[in-house]
Amino acid sequence: MRFLFKTSYEQDLRLFRDRVDMGWYILLLLATIAVPFLLSDYSTGETAWVFIYGICGVSLMALVGYTGLVSLGHAAFLGIGAYAHAYFLGLGVPWVASVALAVVITAASGFVVGLPALRMTGIYLAIATLAFATIIQEVFSRWESVTHGFAGMPVAPPEIFGVSFADARPFYYLCLFFLVLALWLTRNLLRSPTGRAWIAIRDSEIAAQSMGVNLAIYKSMAFAYSAALMGLAGALFAHKIAYLAPDIFTILLSIQFLLLVIVGGLGSLHGAVFGAIFVALLPPVISILRDDIPDTFAGLSTSTGIPLFHIFGDALGAFLKKPGVEAGLFGLILVLVILLEPFGIYGRWVKIRVFFSTFPLYKADSFKRQKAYMKTERLR
Amino acid sequence: MSLFAAEQIAINFGGIKAVDGVSFAVEKGEVFTIIGPNGAGKTTIFNLMSRIYDTTEGRLMFEGQDITRVPPHKIAALGIARTFQNIELFENASLLQNLLLARHAHKKSNFWSELLFLPSVRRMEVEHREAVEKVIDFLDLQQYRDSLIVNLPYGVRKVTELARALCTEPKLLLLDEPSSGLNVEETEDMAFWIQDIKKLLGITVLMVEHDMTLVSAVSDRVLALNYGRPLAMGTPREVQSHPEVMRAYLGG
Amino acid sequence: MERSGVRSLDSRVRKLINFLQLTLNGLAVGCIYGLVALGFVLIYKATELVNFAQGDLLMLGAFVAYMAVVWWGLDYWLGFVIAIIAIAVFGALLDALILRRVIGQPQFAVVMLTIGLGAMFRTFASVTWGSEIYTLPTPFGGVWQVGGVTVSHQYVSIIVGTLVLCGALYAFFNFTRIGVAMQATSQNQLAAYYMGIPVKRIFSLIWAISAGVATVAGVLLAPVTLIDINMGLAVSLKAFAAAVLGGFGSIPGALVGGIVIGLIELYSGATLPEGLKNTMPYIVLLVVLAVRPQGLFGTLGRKKV
Repeated sequence: MRFLFKTSYEQDLRLFRDRVDMGWYILLLLATIAVPFLLSDYSTGETAWVFIYGICGVSLMALVGYTGLVSLGHAAFLGIGAYAHAYFLGLGVPWVASVALAVVITAASGFVVGLPALRMTGIYLAIATLAFATIIQEVFSRWESVTHGFAGMPVAPPEIFGVSFADARPFYYLCLFFLVLALWLTRNLLRSPTGRAWIAIRDSEIAAQSMGVNLAIYKSMAFAYSAALMGLAGALFAHKIAYLAPDIFTILLSIQFLLLVIVGGLGSLHGAVFGAIFVALLPPVISILRDDIPDTFAGLSTSTGIPLFHIFGDALGAFLKKPGVEAGLFGLILVLVILLEPFGIYGRWVKIRVFFSTFPLYKADSFKRQKAYMKTERLR
Repeated sequence: MSLFAAEQIAINFGGIKAVDGVSFAVEKGEVFTIIGPNGAGKTTIFNLMSRIYDTTEGRLMFEGQDITRVPPHKIAALGIARTFQNIELFENASLLQNLLLARHAHKKSNFWSELLFLPSVRRMEVEHREAVEKVIDFLDLQQYRDSLIVNLPYGVRKVTELARALCTEPKLLLLDEPSSGLNVEETEDMAFWIQDIKKLLGITVLMVEHDMTLVSAVSDRVLALNYGRPLAMGTPREVQSHPEVMRAYLGG
Repeated sequence: MERSGVRSLDSRVRKLINFLQLTLNGLAVGCIYGLVALGFVLIYKATELVNFAQGDLLMLGAFVAYMAVVWWGLDYWLGFVIAIIAIAVFGALLDALILRRVIGQPQFAVVMLTIGLGAMFRTFASVTWGSEIYTLPTPFGGVWQVGGVTVSHQYVSIIVGTLVLCGALYAFFNFTRIGVAMQATSQNQLAAYYMGIPVKRIFSLIWAISAGVATVAGVLLAPVTLIDINMGLAVSLKAFAAAVLGGFGSIPGALVGGIVIGLIELYSGATLPEGLKNTMPYIVLLVVLAVRPQGLFGTLGRKKV
């Protein structure tokens, strides 16, 4: 068991709880840096998706997890960032400036979308964001001079100050850099008055107001910041996908991002990363399983002599090959997470960590949820 | 000049006059209590003062300034803090974060410096923390610092409400039923704290209360209300023995 | 002179006929949106949960009716009734087995739960019935010609069906004991418990009714859009806009919202250029919310402190 003795106020402000924690994170960073040397180029490319989704997760976590404003159409911001960046690159704007412009434009659109948030609550706001996302998707299809509409828009490969980042390995490091940057910036906000104001808005708007928090400004800031991060992710997304089309940035993609934050663990930055790992890696895992499961079960059949395994394996394999199964699997996992582990992967991780750190004195009901009664969110 | 004065304030809720022409003034350094049966409009007056509701008539004056139309989030910066009858704490945050949030009105950093967490922001955070720790010491909340509010017992939450209001460094403190739900011991503690707030911290206290023992113990002046209208104002003993007040409480 | 007068009269009559045609179609489509929105609002009023899987219940209802009529060869009306009962029971089970376990969690988590359930329903439908497009044979095949307006029996069946259903629900909620108990439960859960109302069973019943309403919408819609696993999704979005437009929490509002959205969809489809055609309902929604954040019939409340 490790006890944390606090001797100065600074300790609560630091990024890491103590040296040991910092050590673990540095180790994690080194491992992440080493990954491209251990995997094939293709796998490295797939892992870069984790970082891009991670930035999306951080963005949504700041808005939904910390400020409590639900956005059902966040993929629209990803699209705005992606198209803006591709457009400016096409005009010959240097990479860094193009990304900066994309971020600013997306932040501005986030601010605009956030304006209704100032007067709407809960479900109304969620549906309003949905409506915005649909409208923006239509704009992608129609504004052909900028987005090339349905014809699609090719994206120039990333080249920063003359150095090409198009290959798998350099692009991987580029995405990793921006994820770490996004995490650091958001963490900074969360340990400052702005982050606290956001949490206050989530938990009790009236109390926040009576403490001096200007609701309008902070809600707008939350939307703008969240959108800005999405814009950054969008720029990287554009390069990764190399060819933009309006039907990429759908409501279903937005829902995938929401799934990311819930499965990862709502209310923590770790959750954003865990969720990103989950959402980015699940489809490749399913494809691998799809092909391997019948064979694995067939082998199990022959070794144990029970033909049932073989039949089960074939049925499962056939099931996984049907169209639209992926969405159902995501749905199933989402349902299971909410029913069984509402704190997500990060929550489970914390429980496991506490178990080992307090072993053998772990108390079985350490995380027992109090029997909860429905607290009305209806306003009177 | 009184620290705070309400002049003929009123508000209706769909035909019911919750507050009907109430006037009173609170002098600097006193403990002023508003009493009255349930539904008399006491908390509504607080909500009018916090600018959660708009008064339909009259004026609110604070330190000589007209604050009748000031937006609600500017009230804290003026120096008015309040606690809520039904506890409006930030349930999913730690006690420390709740108190630190109360320092928002004294925030001097802007978004960009916070984004980069510049040394100036770090320094200001430590200053806020020091101010908050003083209040934690004053109210003996040390052991609950890092606990989430959801996990705290009711009595501690009531004290946290008080602590949070104190962290805004107010000139006028509005306490809405500070002893409701507290047992005898906790109510005694509350009485001592209110007296300390008045004498040691020099903060003016405006209180809504039902517990007459507490009211008699700490108040300098009392205002009795019924059906949104004032019944009597004076020292605790004067008001408690006033015939109108007794009729309001006992019926008849 | 005379000929141009006649021609302009002709064109005006044609425009009127066009307008009536669009109105009829818009009403029919709007009724479907209204029914789904009604399902949303019923559940929300009682339990404060938003059921994003309502459209997928519609889809399941349509498929069950299809299975009864096409696979098992039953009569259309019998299939209709079987579908309603089956999905209503399914809805009640959903509430009793799954939704009840998440009471106490934040509303957002429950919304995501229903989204996940919806995805599961779609996959289930794909595996059970297939991912193609299917036709449900109905007895409403013909058309009437009223003036110059083509009144399709399908559309009339939708409007009539909606009216009948709404009338039945109105009678149920206001004149039966269970219905009044439901109203009580949705207004004040704790008081309902004290009055001896079996609140949990009432919730399951409300889910059952909501699912039944979705099934009716699905079976009425099936001949118009044909049955496929994504038919619920397409309707859900607009039905949501309808429910919010009407004011979430208002039953007549849901229907009015649905009809408004349906009419806007048809009118803009005929008159507006490509880009605005599909997004007009959403633009209208945003404008209404900007002016009245609580929707047309909703109430704006604030937390009482």
